Amino acid sequence: MTNLQASIPNSGNITRAELDNSITLLVYENPAVQSVNVMGSLQAGSIYEKRGRSGLASLVAGALMTGTTSRDFDAIHGALEDVGADLGFRGHVHKVGFAGKALAEDLSLLLDAAGDALRNPIFPAEHVERLRGERLTWLQYSSFDTRYRAAKAMREALYPDTHPYHYGTYGDEASIAKITVDDLKDFHAGHFGPRGMILVIVGAVAATDAVELAMDAFGDWVNSEQPAVLQAHEPENAPDGLRPTVVVPGKTQSDINMGIIGPARKAEDYLSAQLANSVLGEFGMMGRIGKSVREEKGLAYYAYSRLGGGHGPDPWTISAGVNPDNVELAIASIMEEIERLTTETVTDEDLADNQSYFTGRMPLRLESNEGIASHIHSMESFELGLDYLANYEGMIYGITKDDLLRAAQNYLCPEGMVVAVAGPDQAAS
Amino acid sequence: MPKLTHHKLPNGLTVLLREAHSAPVISWWLAYRVGSRNEPTGLTGISHWVEHMMFKGTERFPAGALDREIDRAGGQWNAFTSMDATKYFETLPANKIDIALDAEADRMTGALFDADETESERTVIISERQGAENQPTFWLQEEVRGAAFRVHGYHHEIIGDEADLRSMTRSDLYAHYRRHYQPANAAAIAVGAFDTAEMLAKIEEHYGAIESSEAPDLFSRAEPEQAGERRVMVERPGKTAFYEMCHRIPAADHEDWFKLRLLDAILSGSSGASDNKTSRLYQALVKTEIAAGVGAWLTPTVDPYLYSIIVTLREGRQPEEAEAALLDEIARLQSDGVSEAELNKARKQTRAAFAYSTESVTEQAYGLAQSFILGDVTWFDRYAERLMAVTADDVLEVADRYLVPRSRVVGILHPTDPEQEAAGA
Repeated sequence: MTNLQASIPNSGNITRAELDNSITLLVYENPAVQSVNVMGSLQAGSIYEKRGRSGLASLVAGALMTGTTSRDFDAIHGALEDVGADLGFRGHVHKVGFAGKALAEDLSLLLDAAGDALRNPIFPAEHVERLRGERLTWLQYSSFDTRYRAAKAMREALYPDTHPYHYGTYGDEASIAKITVDDLKDFHAGHFGPRGMILVIVGAVAATDAVELAMDAFGDWVNSEQPAVLQAHEPENAPDGLRPTVVVPGKTQSDINMGIIGPARKAEDYLSAQLANSVLGEFGMMGRIGKSVREEKGLAYYAYSRLGGGHGPDPWTISAGVNPDNVELAIASIMEEIERLTTETVTDEDLADNQSYFTGRMPLRLESNEGIASHIHSMESFELGLDYLANYEGMIYGITKDDLLRAAQNYLCPEGMVVAVAGPDQAAS
Repeated sequence: MPKLTHHKLPNGLTVLLREAHSAPVISWWLAYRVGSRNEPTGLTGISHWVEHMMFKGTERFPAGALDREIDRAGGQWNAFTSMDATKYFETLPANKIDIALDAEADRMTGALFDADETESERTVIISERQGAENQPTFWLQEEVRGAAFRVHGYHHEIIGDEADLRSMTRSDLYAHYRRHYQPANAAAIAVGAFDTAEMLAKIEEHYGAIESSEAPDLFSRAEPEQAGERRVMVERPGKTAFYEMCHRIPAADHEDWFKLRLLDAILSGSSGASDNKTSRLYQALVKTEIAAGVGAWLTPTVDPYLYSIIVTLREGRQPEEAEAALLDEIARLQSDGVSEAELNKARKQTRAAFAYSTESVTEQAYGLAQSFILGDVTWFDRYAERLMAVTADDVLEVADRYLVPRSRVVGILHPTDPEQEAAGA
């Protein structure tokens, strides 16, 4: 029978190496599968964009595989697709992330493709134009999506336009229309480099082989132009209960997106806040919010809460999709649950349930290569230490009911919540 | 692939077991042979609503009790209603799997269908439908299926028509449940870290005493032959146009289905392994900047269904351009066939996709549940082998046989001016 404690990724079974050019490489052998996954990140997210160039970092990430100094678009994708491999890059606020997978026999090809795309892109004009058109189509489609519009309205109200979190990583129609090929080349040259890069390899490969292949792909990469790491700080003037409303014609349902600034992943009370969030809108059928809004009142198919918990002051959000006639009742019900969570300690049962949930779900999360790679990447990215998972149970069971109350009070101020609603015009309907 | 063992309990329950010791987890599934295809007019959406009611409690496990129990154990559970089946699963740490065996046995016969809970769930399901209606493509899908199937139950959306969701009664739901939820109409599937003999003994203990009558006759009406191309137009507020082209294809147990699967891999590259930017359709539609995206769907179904290609048009491009490009690609396939290199690529992609999908016990168990529903418990296990046997001539043959105007259904979603819509509201 498989033993979780023996196989849980930790400092004893993860091979960690810092390459001379500052890339941190982490390898975990998983001989039970036939495949291998690669996951990584670089400090080149939208936080490094100049004002008016929103969407640039994401466009650079999306265009990395459209052509390099030695391969054109078809050659890059043909090589991967011929062997059933997959590789993609995605721009986030702080970082550009990448993920790929292949049969174990094709790891060399996968790393070679990742290295080439990251180091040698040429951003062919015709491909950049095509990608821009695809992004514009996506933005236009999303502009009629009530979930997207509610989340966007909440984000824009919660963070001022001087804050990087105000903007979506795809930018907007106006900003991406202005981006030039030279902008892409300059951003790549000035931000993509080995310093701060994390590379995780998990799968049916010997660690020594993986290290060697990674060295071949990235070992001699240098870029002296990389800027200092930027941090996102909390906005100075927090909004006070703003309620933006967006009318989206022709819709039958309204989406509610409520938000307030939550803890960063490295905050001391992050795990307490995470447990509090689970009580509020996750555990069981979407926590207390799901119980009230869906199960008891039958107002919504979905009503849940999420904690961002990234590198900066990400939002703590609550989302629900309801009939337009039920918007105010749903908001009031959610507010009642927030009020309760911030004024009363949770029950012993609540705490025990959620502690058990958090620790018990670990085997499922570590079942696949992708799940293992994601956890190892998080441990490195957020400087949690490679024994974080091994110590996780102790940390979770060390949290008290008072810790949850303090975390909830620290972030969830009902009067300060931004409440955004997107849906049909209620007056017209 | 570890060995699959196949059992049948005296009450008719099919049991499929596969040990997989790569991680200390087990995925447990109950699959019932009833889905939206078995719903008559007036009761559309009933299978999906019954699925919701299965989470609303039994005498032993009141509503919410199992949500708590399973989350506490670190597991996940959910259910899916499809056109052909209703499936329930729990994936749990191996030492907690008894919760799942107990829970599914209990709710196979003991779901309460409390009257108040039923009414509360009516509004939840209408909300689910209204949420789907917020996506313009839902309207397109609904119209295309309605046009493609005049008689057969595949004609309506799984969630059902709103008129039926408002009129169905608790008695309708309970009758549907009692008729279809019985051992002879179900399969129990486990994949994960267990000992087969021990697991079988547990299953017999939990499920052996459940009484079963004969498997129910399922409501089903055969679709008459299509005698010419059908077209539907949908208008919704927005800025993005969509074009959908469907062709009738046989059921998943037909030998041509696997030939079509390879045809699809070559046309759209939808192997599950990557997004295939070298596929024929990507090259013809996205690279030419007619479309922002193109995807294809070949769903394995119990009865003949559709092979569907959906194009998301770029601003300023017309559905007619997408149609012309698609027809050109079909004509090219029918006249030139496919090369060995394309076939080999599709085969390697298939092998890779299969390797990825078998990393997770949940996905493996899903594959076995789907095999049971399709009437051949080896369907999933033989999937890759059957694809490998497809030849270039086979692909040409099914292209000629199925991608023809007579069996074509086309849907176009035209975006309308939101301001005008608002003014007219």
